[in-house]
Amino acid sequence: MPEPVSESAKLQVARSKSVTDEAGLGPKPLIELKDVRFERDGRMILDGIDFSIAPGEIVTLIGPNGGGKTTFARLCLGVLSPSSGVIKRQRGLSVGYVPQRLKMDRSLPLTVGRFLTIRQTAAKRHVETALNDVGAGHLIKAQMAALSGGELQRVLLARALLSRPTLLVLDEPAQGVDFAGEAALYELISKLRERLNCAVLLISHDLHIVMGSSDRVLCLNGHICCAGVPEQISQHPEYARLFGAEKAATFAIYQHDHDHEHELSGDVCCGHEHGHEKGPETGSGNVPTGAKGPAAHG
Amino acid sequence: MFRPGQKGLPRMDEFLLRAGLGGIGLALLAAPLGCFVIWRRMAYFGETIAHGGLLGAALGLFMGVSLTLGIFIAALIVALGLKVIERRSHLASDAVLGLLAPVVLALGLIVASRFQSLQVDLMGLLFGDILAISWPDLGLIAGGLLVVGGLVAFIWQDMLTISLDRELALAEGVKVERVEFLFTLAIAATVALAMKLVGLLLVTAMLIIPAATASNLARTPEQMVLVAGALSALSVIGGLAGSIYLDLPSGPAIVVFMALIFLLSSFFKER
Repeated sequence: MPEPVSESAKLQVARSKSVTDEAGLGPKPLIELKDVRFERDGRMILDGIDFSIAPGEIVTLIGPNGGGKTTFARLCLGVLSPSSGVIKRQRGLSVGYVPQRLKMDRSLPLTVGRFLTIRQTAAKRHVETALNDVGAGHLIKAQMAALSGGELQRVLLARALLSRPTLLVLDEPAQGVDFAGEAALYELISKLRERLNCAVLLISHDLHIVMGSSDRVLCLNGHICCAGVPEQISQHPEYARLFGAEKAATFAIYQHDHDHEHELSGDVCCGHEHGHEKGPETGSGNVPTGAKGPAAHG
Repeated sequence: MFRPGQKGLPRMDEFLLRAGLGGIGLALLAAPLGCFVIWRRMAYFGETIAHGGLLGAALGLFMGVSLTLGIFIAALIVALGLKVIERRSHLASDAVLGLLAPVVLALGLIVASRFQSLQVDLMGLLFGDILAISWPDLGLIAGGLLVVGGLVAFIWQDMLTISLDRELALAEGVKVERVEFLFTLAIAATVALAMKLVGLLLVTAMLIIPAATASNLARTPEQMVLVAGALSALSVIGGLAGSIYLDLPSGPAIVVFMALIFLLSSFFKER
């Protein structure tokens, strides 16, 4: 299907392999936004958004606070309606949503196992598998209200996975998780993507660390300022202008090839042969060079 | 089942049987709704629409329709009015509730005072009179239990998801607005039916205290509803006994009995 020209032309340039065939007769996009604009109380939050996400694609959203990342995700989820523009969703699209946290009240008694089966029926072994997949198998009988931030993230991810989503939307999943945990989380997401073949839309809380297996990174500040594969984005003049040349230089990509494995808890268990060689070429090295304490990454 | 005869009363009075049955029916009716009310932090919402009930009762009497119907409609109007005001106002929702609750109560008191010729039993409306539950009332409660119970079963999974996180529910395709409207209907019906039992001023106690107590003891949402229903029914019987033996006003006696169980439950916290 033909791509709209103008705005998305620069997206087009930067698209990675999995998406390029979309310009031809490739898979239909799961979600397509055309000239979408969103205002709240007369204030413009997002404007001129052209965007689409293809089956199996990983897109990371970065941008300053207040840049409209969460609004963007909510529009994609259908929680918000655009002030103008069109949002098309593929028929039968199944979205797994992983919010930052739940607003649930502590008075609601709920075990993790039960949480996974609200509004969806699943055999007990599927519930167990989903929890084991995210390293939260031991939590099945725990009360939701007693989970730590990192545990809750994994449980939310497990619930989203149980619905066999074609699109997984994650809102700042690494928030409140330390660096090693963040690395492990990205690796987990990337592995799950391969297995389930679902697309991933990930909002990153950190401007400087981006999941290496992202097919595309979108930088959002009221509009899409720039987009590209992870190592191109930091070279983009818009990126440098937005975050300053100095900060742009600290941009790092989390890569998957390393010689040990991080548990989500942050523990390092060495000795695993673990070369993923996934994601784009190492332009800026395996290790983030920012102030994020690369020492943890060994 | 409540059998006063076994509790050393001289004989089984019919009105006691009606009171016991009606009270237990309402306790079961209010239990799941009360759980949702506290999970969704809506305690003052229940309070406010209950206050609206007095206005409804007075107008219902004035227009010659049934009291219960008047309360139901007024409660519904107040609930929907709240929604509109919340959407259009910059005030936080607790401020809107705090504003509306005394206003509708004041209006209700004014209307009731204008129609004294109608012999509005103001005390009965405000604080309930469980011993005045009639056979038709009992039929109404049974019908309400069936309808509201069915409704709650229908929206149970969706309401649970909304209680977890409204946005998650929206993202997962729950028809949130519709479910919330059905829930409001159920609350309005419960307020209208429970008015006879504990009165409009105490009706939120029926919703909140048993649910709060059960939240100390339960490990799953379903358990919490069952425990709340059981404790609420027990409190109705206890309050009724207090009313008979100690000559206490029945509505307040039920509420105080509930509060005592709540206090006890905090010593046995499951979570």
